[in-house]
Amino acid sequence: MPSMAAPAYRSLWRDPQHGLVAGVCAGLAERLGVDPLLLRVVFVAATAAGGVGIVAYGILWLLLPAAGDDPAPLRGLRRHAPGSWRTAAGVALLTLSALLVLRQLGLWFSDAIVWPVVLAAAGVALAWRLSGPPADEAIAESGAVDTGVPAATERRRALRGAYRGGFGIALIVGAALLFLYANGLLAGLGDLALTVLVVVAAVGLILAPFWWRLVRRLTAERAARIRSQERTEVSAHLHDSVLQTLALVQRQAGDPRAVSALARRQERELRIWLQDRDAPGADESLAGALSAAAEEVEAVHGVGVDVVTVGDAPLDDPVRALVAAAREALVNAAKFAGDAGPVSLYAEADNERLQVFVRDRGPGFDPDAAPADRRGVRESIIGRMDRHGGRAAIRAAPGRGTEVELTLERPR
Amino acid sequence: MTAAMPSVVIVDDHDLFRAGVRTELNGRVEVRADAGSVEAAETAILAAEPDVVLLDVHMPGGGGIEVIRRVLARRPAQRFLALSVSDAPEDVIAVIRAGARGYVTKTISGEDLADAVSRVHDGDAVFSPRLAGFVLDAFAGELAPAEVDPELDQLTAREREVLQLIARGYLYKEIALELGIAAKTVEAHVSAVLRKLQLSTRHQLSRWAVERRLVE
Repeated sequence: MPSMAAPAYRSLWRDPQHGLVAGVCAGLAERLGVDPLLLRVVFVAATAAGGVGIVAYGILWLLLPAAGDDPAPLRGLRRHAPGSWRTAAGVALLTLSALLVLRQLGLWFSDAIVWPVVLAAAGVALAWRLSGPPADEAIAESGAVDTGVPAATERRRALRGAYRGGFGIALIVGAALLFLYANGLLAGLGDLALTVLVVVAAVGLILAPFWWRLVRRLTAERAARIRSQERTEVSAHLHDSVLQTLALVQRQAGDPRAVSALARRQERELRIWLQDRDAPGADESLAGALSAAAEEVEAVHGVGVDVVTVGDAPLDDPVRALVAAAREALVNAAKFAGDAGPVSLYAEADNERLQVFVRDRGPGFDPDAAPADRRGVRESIIGRMDRHGGRAAIRAAPGRGTEVELTLERPR
Repeated sequence: MTAAMPSVVIVDDHDLFRAGVRTELNGRVEVRADAGSVEAAETAILAAEPDVVLLDVHMPGGGGIEVIRRVLARRPAQRFLALSVSDAPEDVIAVIRAGARGYVTKTISGEDLADAVSRVHDGDAVFSPRLAGFVLDAFAGELAPAEVDPELDQLTAREREVLQLIARGYLYKEIALELGIAAKTVEAHVSAVLRKLQLSTRHQLSRWAVERRLVE
């Protein structure tokens, strides 16, 4: 029984479960101990008599709590729910009832204001939510102190609030327009809008050439500034690199190997600067680290290194070990085969493995009869690769140069 | 041997460089003419009818690609070897796709250059280690089977091996030794790769070509 659920201090309530509209008649009938049908007939009759029935019903709906724990719509409005759709509808109905009552009492100006005012009231109810403190509302809405509102919920709520607020504003504006229209004021507004539009267009036509010239001048100035900045940058770079190198070349003109090394180094640097300014740095990737190592060996030993890389890989510990071993192999090649032309460095990275080949065209040697110092380097290359789960192979034969092959399998 | 010496025309807008190449090739290759602009090159090549044109990639007025385009329209069998300081992939790939049969950088020695010229003259392709690297890069990665023309868009395992060896610094005869095949077979593989490079519509290749066209 609904009456059992209603607290004792509530003398009147609605019974939405048994009601036809909002349960007002059902609740009252329960309280008064009469048949709901009787009360419904009374309300319908009162409605026929100048709309009093509807007004009374609306007011009762707003004021009476439903059976159970639902507070009355008006209490809900006062306490925490300004802005919900239901509240807006309620406010609109309340306003309508108030207007009807005023009209009944003879305090009346014009029927034309009814709908605008009702719409505006609903709009205000929606829009004013925006100015309320959202945190309090959230707490009140959930009916409990909820400290851990997730950010997503928060955002969704904010979005919903903005949406409702926008709708409220639209309602108010619509109400204003409707009012103006109903009073025949909109035609004048149209004239005004047209006047403003024409004036703006005329001013725009007058000012357009000036504005255009201004934009053109600003663009030209900016382009000139960028050009001069780039020029400064280029000349600074050329001073630091090319002119510096040319000076060094003149001073070391008697040493062909040094001159060649200087030229190669400068060429590599200039190339990188020209075509590939975002080339991966030495501490970023396999390719970057390998070309840094090659550059270093070129600088220290004066031997050219031709670097070709296919694919790339990020640097981690095994890859760093691979680079270190490759560097060792380059140094080795530069020391023992530096007179036989440039050293080739080829690296290939795919999803399964990384491979590096270092090849020289030196005299080659018999690996079994290798001198002690070469064996030492060999072991540091092979040992290093072994420790990091890779492998190294050295192929050399007298007269055919030496090739070091480094492989690192990459688990997928 | 003199009778077999291939003839060339050198096209480069740097006088010093043309003179240098002439001196270096002296006795190895017959230099019939040289030219310093696109127009002069067109005239000189059509008049001299060389076996091979040594072609600079970067020149005012459209560059080496423009020379290839104009000459091939009049003399479709003409062979070109590109010679440039640039080794940006878009330059290399664009000139190969325009019709050059090889690409070497200007730092190449006179001996190697003469060798490359006679190889192009014989109808073979000349790949530098760096060009081999670009090609491996461009043909890397899987394609959806539907969009693959296996004749053009994929390298065979053998072609890949050959390119890897070129990238590692091996000469053709060393590759033949390493793979246990005839030197002529190596050359056939490289020519097949050249054909794919020129005709494939793989995204990477056309992207490079497009970039080059935009730069001009």
